[in-house]
Amino acid sequence: MSSPAYHAPETIEQAVALLAGDAGARPLAGGTDLIVQMRSGRNAPSAIVDLKRIAGLSGIRALPGGGFAIGAATPCTALKDDAALAAAWPGVVEAANLIGSVQVRNRATMAGNLCNASPAADSVPALVAAGATCLVAGPNGQREVPVEAIPAGPGKTSLAPGEVLVEIRLPAQLGADAYLRSIPRSEMDIAVVGAGVSLVLGAGGVCTAARVAIGAVAPTVVLVEAAGAALIGGKLDDAALEAAADAVRAACRPIDDKRGTAEYRTAMAGVLVKRTAKIALERAHKNQGRSQA
Amino acid sequence: MNAPENKQQFRLVGTRPVRPDGVEKVTGKAIYGPDHVSPGMLQGAVLRSPHPHARIRGIDTKKAEALAGVKAVVTGQDFPQAADKLVAGAESASNLRWVAQKCMAIGKVFYEGQAVAAVAATSHAVAEAALKLIEVDYEVLPHVIAIEDALAEDAPVLHDDVFTQGLAEKPTKPSNASMRFAIERGDAKAAIAGAAASFTGRFTLQPVHQGYIEPHACVAQWNADGQAQIWCSSQGHFAIRAMTAGILQIDIASVRVHPLEIGGGFGGKTTVYLEPVAMLLSRKAGRPVRLTMKRTDIFRSTGPAPGAVIDITLGAAADGTLVGAEIELKYHGGAFPGANEVYSGVGGAVGHYRVPNASIVGWNVLSNIPTMHAYRAPGAPQINFAVESAMDELAARLGIDPIDLRLKNIVHPGEPSASGVPLGAIGYAEALEAAKAHPHWSSPVAPGQGRGVACGAWGNYGGPSTASVKLGEDGSVLVTEGSPDIGGSRASMAIMAAETLGVAYEKVRVTIADTSSIGFSMVTGGSRTTFATGKAVIQATEGVIEQLKDRAARTWGVDVAAVTWEDGTAVHGDQRLTLAQIAAKTGTTGGPISAEAVVDPHDFLPGFGVHICDTEVDRETGHVLVKRYTVVQDVGRAIHADYVEGQMQGGAVQGIGWALNEAYVYDRSGKLDNAGFLDYRMPVASDMPMIDTVMVEVPNPAHPYGVKGVGEVPIVPPLAAVGNAVSRATGIRMHDLPISPDRVYGLLRAAE
Repeated sequence: MSSPAYHAPETIEQAVALLAGDAGARPLAGGTDLIVQMRSGRNAPSAIVDLKRIAGLSGIRALPGGGFAIGAATPCTALKDDAALAAAWPGVVEAANLIGSVQVRNRATMAGNLCNASPAADSVPALVAAGATCLVAGPNGQREVPVEAIPAGPGKTSLAPGEVLVEIRLPAQLGADAYLRSIPRSEMDIAVVGAGVSLVLGAGGVCTAARVAIGAVAPTVVLVEAAGAALIGGKLDDAALEAAADAVRAACRPIDDKRGTAEYRTAMAGVLVKRTAKIALERAHKNQGRSQA
Repeated sequence: MNAPENKQQFRLVGTRPVRPDGVEKVTGKAIYGPDHVSPGMLQGAVLRSPHPHARIRGIDTKKAEALAGVKAVVTGQDFPQAADKLVAGAESASNLRWVAQKCMAIGKVFYEGQAVAAVAATSHAVAEAALKLIEVDYEVLPHVIAIEDALAEDAPVLHDDVFTQGLAEKPTKPSNASMRFAIERGDAKAAIAGAAASFTGRFTLQPVHQGYIEPHACVAQWNADGQAQIWCSSQGHFAIRAMTAGILQIDIASVRVHPLEIGGGFGGKTTVYLEPVAMLLSRKAGRPVRLTMKRTDIFRSTGPAPGAVIDITLGAAADGTLVGAEIELKYHGGAFPGANEVYSGVGGAVGHYRVPNASIVGWNVLSNIPTMHAYRAPGAPQINFAVESAMDELAARLGIDPIDLRLKNIVHPGEPSASGVPLGAIGYAEALEAAKAHPHWSSPVAPGQGRGVACGAWGNYGGPSTASVKLGEDGSVLVTEGSPDIGGSRASMAIMAAETLGVAYEKVRVTIADTSSIGFSMVTGGSRTTFATGKAVIQATEGVIEQLKDRAARTWGVDVAAVTWEDGTAVHGDQRLTLAQIAAKTGTTGGPISAEAVVDPHDFLPGFGVHICDTEVDRETGHVLVKRYTVVQDVGRAIHADYVEGQMQGGAVQGIGWALNEAYVYDRSGKLDNAGFLDYRMPVASDMPMIDTVMVEVPNPAHPYGVKGVGEVPIVPPLAAVGNAVSRATGIRMHDLPISPDRVYGLLRAAE
């Protein structure tokens, strides 16, 4: 019986060469999706390219201007342990720390969560709402793309052969963010709907920028620009929240499956986006109060 | 926690010592079903049907057999011709004809996931690769899953030789309704028509799985001389032996089954799925063979407990006195006849109340899903959901407190039980009074919440058990029994032996012996082990005490009748000999001391529980949160209080899971769509509040320490306790389980 080759390159260039040289090779970060898929027979890679030995791929760097670069092999637990990141982007950090169990999150990474391309991936709506980008390395060099450009459909990404995600970049926090998901249980579950909201408040608490992203209601996570637009220019009163919910419901293209009916998912997307926006607003008020104090 | 009121009466009974198997289990050293290794062992794998209903035209195994590393391949053709034959050993007799087909399809598959072939090879990877080389020629047949669909005129009929049993006249056409069982007394229809209040409703439930963590696994070694050994975990290795020997048509004495530690069973591990297959593979390969199920296999081919469709009408007089019950329950039977849940469903429906007029009709309905298997109080939670929901409606309609309505109608000691035999020292009224007095019941219901209460009963059991007690030369004590320890029974046996003998708990060690090393013991099931096997241990211990007194009498040259046994010491006047002193001299006083006891008691008593549940409903999303939960139960007398409370909490949690989220989901092609713990949603710890427990101790006078079965009662009331709480929180009666967020959301929107 053939088992896949295992490579542990020490540079990004080596990793790219290994992936480009073998169409059946798959990158491994935490492995909490890949190994499970291999054991169930859903995925049978010819080679595994372990990214964890590459310098700089594990860990969080502060970027000039207040942003963060999160290495592709950084486990979700490490995000929670980084006080500056957790304070700046609580929505992203909480979303990543809803995935699986504690043991899973000690291995699982946001980059893996993104490249597994599940429409229900918890960290992705939060990252999209945050306006995060990805640094992608490939045979033709490196490129930076928005997070929402990576998933192409369930289990599919826009990455070209030989390309690998190197890091996720979060901009400086100018407001606040939040993420909520709906699951039948309290944890250890997969999102029936997920919603990420990121807000910036201007003078007098008026919302000057907003991004809304929803998960598990379409083949990919969806950035709902109309929902963000509905929140801008006011103080997130009930009418604005309802307008955002309307926009989100209109953007839903869910399926009926064992995890929820299309009707229920669409309704929940509206409920969640309002609740998530309220949490983001509360956090933004606090941040504003702190910066003014 | 509520300590027993009479805890001073005994030295050890009712205390909470560390369990003898605890350290080994928490340090990962205990050997469970999938852990056992035999020298030279091969790895097996099982090919399972992708179709829910198909005729097998042929199976070509040549390519698999030719693969390097493959040592044996078996199919249904390797099984001896299985005729109707009943074997005992489990909670009820099993027909080997059907049990064999739960191990391997013979000519036809009746559910997705049914085994059709198996391979033994030098590695698991080779075995899996060989499965892909087996070609099965299926003629796919129309399938049916749901109960009502299976009863439709044009439904595909699973078996052309299964006719409805229990009808007045033998039917002429085969049917998916394999059995009808009814209890009729008085005139239910007339009584209900004249009632001051009545409730009529239909309740539905989906099949649920027992959900044990440990997968089914075994190692079998069948030698050329015909002698065999099996290492497996189960709830009863004597049942495994009986079924394996029966299916393979070999002598019981030729099969020695070694019990391994069991990681959960809840009734689901009282039968064979793998053992006969591993045996056949081993005989062909000439080496031991291991088979282990994957989680998807467990969901698709073992258990589950029946789904149900229940129509109920209950009627009561203005003062709340129940006057009549009209109930028709239809339970899933699964692929093969023989599921017993309908008997307990009908028998126990209103068995905990006095109902003068009752018409209760039950049907066992076959369809293309795995054959139902016992799950903790099998058949009771389903019907109890309907009955206790109806009681809640009657209480509301009559304006009577729901606990008072129950108190008005409950059965009391001396009154006839469901079987007609008068009830003994039951503690139902005591449990209800304790619930009423509990601070949970008197606390105000928080805004936005609803409080539900439900009662439930389970008959419990006794049955055959063997135990032996031996003394070590140093005075330490060895207890040997044949009942697998699934809920702390080693600790309970050690407590009862130590209490009886008058020695320290730590001086007693308990071994669960293989089928050739101790006499027959029925499965650990039916809440019987602490009661029945406990009786055997106590009786064997008393036999040892008699021998100890005899040795002391001989030493002193006095009549044994003049010797008493007090606190671990033989006493005659001023003369005293401790157990250790007598044990040290056994070499010169007549040899080693040991005694065996074989019991088959039937003076067990039923148990009764009262559950109180507070829920909060998120009206925007339909999510139900269990905020507070209290279990009150007549436990006879707790031997090890932790494990009694643990049973009460565990049963409640399983019942809450059944109420809120657990359900088998089949797709249109008849395949199970949620065959894993991600989408088959059992509760996680953070879903649950602390489950409060109140042990009400009304001892069973027929047991030396008052034991009643406690393990099954607590899964009976939670379905209705949760349903009643949600109904009171929302104002909408919950008729259908699970009470999942999307269902509640739909009901709330429809009510707007």
